[in-house]
Amino acid sequence: MIWKEQIECMDSTGLKALQSDHLKKLIPYIYHNCPVYREKLDAAGVAPGSIESIDDIKRLPFTTKEDMRDHYPYGLFSAPQYQINEIHVSSGTTGNPTLVGYTRDDLKLWGDVMARVLCCAGAEPGDTIQIAYGYGLFTGGLGFHYGALEMGLRIIPTSAGQTARQLKIMQDFQPRILGCTPSYALYMAEEAKEMGIDPTQGHWKIGVFGAEPWSESMRREIEAAWNMLATDVYGLSEIIGPGVAQECQHKDGLHVFSDVFYPEIIDPETDEEVPEGQDGELVITTLTKQGIPLIRYRTRDIVSARYDKCRCGRTSPRISKIKGRTDDMIVVRGINVFPSQIEHVLVGIEGTQPQYQIVVDRKAHHLDEVEVLVEVEQRFFSDEIRHLNELRERIRKEIQNVLSVGVKVTLVEPKTIERSVGKAKRIVDKRTL
Amino acid sequence: MKITQISVFLENRKGRLYDVCSLLGANNVNIRALTIAETESFGVLRIVVDKCDAAVKLLRDNGFVANFTDVVAVEVPDTPGGLAAVLKVFADNDVNVEYMYGFVEKHSDKALLVFRFEDTDVAQQVLARHSISIVTRQEIEGL
Repeated sequence: MIWKEQIECMDSTGLKALQSDHLKKLIPYIYHNCPVYREKLDAAGVAPGSIESIDDIKRLPFTTKEDMRDHYPYGLFSAPQYQINEIHVSSGTTGNPTLVGYTRDDLKLWGDVMARVLCCAGAEPGDTIQIAYGYGLFTGGLGFHYGALEMGLRIIPTSAGQTARQLKIMQDFQPRILGCTPSYALYMAEEAKEMGIDPTQGHWKIGVFGAEPWSESMRREIEAAWNMLATDVYGLSEIIGPGVAQECQHKDGLHVFSDVFYPEIIDPETDEEVPEGQDGELVITTLTKQGIPLIRYRTRDIVSARYDKCRCGRTSPRISKIKGRTDDMIVVRGINVFPSQIEHVLVGIEGTQPQYQIVVDRKAHHLDEVEVLVEVEQRFFSDEIRHLNELRERIRKEIQNVLSVGVKVTLVEPKTIERSVGKAKRIVDKRTL
Repeated sequence: MKITQISVFLENRKGRLYDVCSLLGANNVNIRALTIAETESFGVLRIVVDKCDAAVKLLRDNGFVANFTDVVAVEVPDTPGGLAAVLKVFADNDVNVEYMYGFVEKHSDKALLVFRFEDTDVAQQVLARHSISIVTRQEIEGL
């Protein structure tokens, strides 16, 4: 089933006309309602009435994560706050978090694209979905919830964690659709086996997994562990949350809902569009959002795209799984982590920043583990173990507060963190994703 | 009189204690007293040496984190109850001991113990009042 068949299977001329129509309305709307964007558009020499088609998008300025941080909290909003119905906050690169706000229509849009996601994965009205993405400020849980509600699924909103209870609920209510991070899916399968439940003998049909990068080999592992079809969902809170793109049952690229989230793939160095099929940075314009519409948002995710019609009938452009990042962000248990956040904590504790390194590993039980190595320095070294342990505990707690991810802190001797050309290597990712 | 202890941060890795000791040995620094406090991932080596300024410079120049700490070396009768008698004085006078350890070699018929106190000055006054002899820096250097 295709949720918005008319749009999702539209021919390219019709789609382009629809996108052009949206962009022609979007730019004047933003220009007249958001002073920050007005300045950006003026600086780029773009008159709000000069947009004639979607091709004009190339004349528009980019928006970056730094723009969101610099204009925190409301600078990039185009809608007044009294029209905002819901806000979500994720931790930012440094200091300010990233705030997104949805108007009532934005929430409808979110429900609509998430219904498209669930249908694209193979859900049918009447199915039961267990949503084991975190509910709360993280967009995963509620995004899935709105989509399932729109589609008419029976929702079990377990949120993330409490695995034994998740498994009990699965047995009792026999859901056919599972939504969670891919690593949590594997973790739950392991736990199920330990509890004497055979995860392959279930009621499962489809998993909709996202919020962190994962590989084809992980897909095979999940599909074998649960005896289900494992599909990939893509999204980011700045754009909408989950709901930007989704794999269909052919698992041959993620369909981007390009009538509302217009994708471009660019060379991050030259800012020029790359030829079809080549890797580049995914840039997205939200064509119909009201609360905080973004023009040419640099996702920092490296993907490739193709534009041919899929066997499922959808004509939307398809992006590959995320192949990398243009910055140093890593995703740990579905949470975005930037080294700069850890740097910030260390500066706050010690006045100046000691050398540090983040080591991420995924052990046998499939959950990511983060270890932060901190080089001990003369000025905070103590002959008393107690003081060193207190310091370590303080660093651990503060990092955990900022990242919302549990970490282990290890104090190491000076000059033991690997350096290349004088600069310490900040991230060692040992996971085979 | 206070003496100076050197504390060195060490990761729990093979050969690190050897590295410190061989560095000091090669530079003619003699270790008089030594103890290691350990956690699951790191340890703190505490030593009293004959040439402490030179030793700390040496350690820091070789990339170790090393600090000075004031400690007091106390002579304790090497007989049953000898240490208990000294500790009773501390307990009676509210002197808190952070940690303590023994010397590698004996000084005449007495045992030598290194004490790290919460408040070194107060501890010294208490020791003096009770005529418990403490070892001077010169004596440590000449041991």
